[in-house]
Amino acid sequence: MKRGNVIWSWFWMILGIIYFFLPLVATFLFSLRAQRGVLSFLAYQQLFNDNDFIKGFSFSVLWGVLTIIVGILIFVPTAYWVRLRVPQFRTAVEFVTLLPFVVPAIVFVFGLVRTFSQPPFLIVNSPALLVAGYTVLSMPYMYRSIDTGLRSIDVRTLTEAAQSLGAGWGIILFRIILPNISVAILNGAFVSFSIVMGEYILAQYLAKPAFAPFLAFLIQQKAYEPAAATLVSFALTWACMGIISLFGRGQQTQLAGGH
Amino acid sequence: MPFFLFAFMFLLYPSSTIAVRSFQDTKTHLFTFQNFVHLLHDPNLINAYWISIKISLITSLGGGIFGFLLAYSAIRGGLPPFMRSSLMTFCGVASNFAGVPLAFAFIAMLSPAGVLTGWLISMGYNPYFHGFQLYTFWGLSIVYMYFQFPLMVLVIAPAIDGLRREWLEAAENLGASGFQYWRYVAFPILLPSILGTMILLFGNSFGAFATAQALTGGQINLVTIVIGDQLRGDVLGDAGLGYALALGMVVVMAVAITGYTVLQRRSERWLR
Repeated sequence: MKRGNVIWSWFWMILGIIYFFLPLVATFLFSLRAQRGVLSFLAYQQLFNDNDFIKGFSFSVLWGVLTIIVGILIFVPTAYWVRLRVPQFRTAVEFVTLLPFVVPAIVFVFGLVRTFSQPPFLIVNSPALLVAGYTVLSMPYMYRSIDTGLRSIDVRTLTEAAQSLGAGWGIILFRIILPNISVAILNGAFVSFSIVMGEYILAQYLAKPAFAPFLAFLIQQKAYEPAAATLVSFALTWACMGIISLFGRGQQTQLAGGH
Repeated sequence: MPFFLFAFMFLLYPSSTIAVRSFQDTKTHLFTFQNFVHLLHDPNLINAYWISIKISLITSLGGGIFGFLLAYSAIRGGLPPFMRSSLMTFCGVASNFAGVPLAFAFIAMLSPAGVLTGWLISMGYNPYFHGFQLYTFWGLSIVYMYFQFPLMVLVIAPAIDGLRREWLEAAENLGASGFQYWRYVAFPILLPSILGTMILLFGNSFGAFATAQALTGGQINLVTIVIGDQLRGDVLGDAGLGYALALGMVVVMAVAITGYTVLQRRSERWLR
């Protein structure tokens, strides 16, 4: 490598670092300005004492956990079944799991609201619909993580060994297969969690309390608390991604969802 | 199988509802192309598509080029190896950090009361006196770039890894200049990956809604914003038109994802 190239490399990297950190640094400095004339953490105090923040945040955590549970319950048996019994469905299932990339979230929620706000499916107000929607949004990541996990273990031998010891399907799936792919599942779970925590569109249009709609509302009301909330949200994303990279797996990025 | 039941109920059926109703007359439910005819004759909606496409083109090109330069610098630019892993971690976080919080981060930085604006003013330069506006097209483009270029870095990195050093050495032994190496070896091999990933970025920003909504308060005319308004109340005064608008988005996204898949398959020929 020639010396000139290295200088250019540093140039682009530094530009990238500035682009990445400047908005965050600005948000942080902005969040300290809540008290006129001095830098203080007043905005954070007010935020953490705000009942709506607690409510939105804890509901988002609840939605995230439910989404992960539903996702595991649906996608683990499916991926297992496809791998073991019906490999001819593989293409069809993979196509379906990638569909959320093709249908933008706003179009998806448009379809959900219009479909489920009239008979025979009048469930538009049910939290179940929100969780189902989140499960769909997280499906590409969850399913692919689980499938990658299954690829790395010998599903057939494990199943046969368990069967010859007299295990039923439930025990095979949840006591044999699940613990063996737990790292892959956790990987998918944290991506799903980070999607749900930042998700705005579904919660907003299905009128459910969540973190992102609360933040959007706060932006219109106040100046400094949203800065504090933004940093909380960023720290959360960072934590999720950090945990995933601790597992030593590849990068997963969000395509559908919160954008 | 519960999977197909679930997928049908919450993904396929709602999506096909949109497709079916966009070909239905609102009152009589008979088959019609009328909704699409209305769509094509509504200058406001055509304009919404045009602005959505324009912002996606600009941010996918800009984010694509910048992301490629970053990824190449980190992987083959002769930087210390830890730069690469930190870049990948940053990009993983940044491409997931979008929507409402991202919009506010830029408001805190670049709005008239923002921190960076304040610094610039104290240095004697007020961007707002020079035609800059955060809440308009170009402001939104700058914000979109924040999740576009990290995605480019993440998706293009394996392709750059696949560029073998032997090829560069072989080209140099045959007397090729740096430009010739890029023009005849590296660029043709990387081109399908670069184009494919840029198409992916196009789709990524074409479907974006929350960032634009939170930043501009819905004041910018994007297709996603119009659909959001239509959902809140029938602002178009024509339900069928809303479905046609949504179906149009799905078609654009389907074309984009297909293009990405085809190009990705092409690039796998070289990059094993």
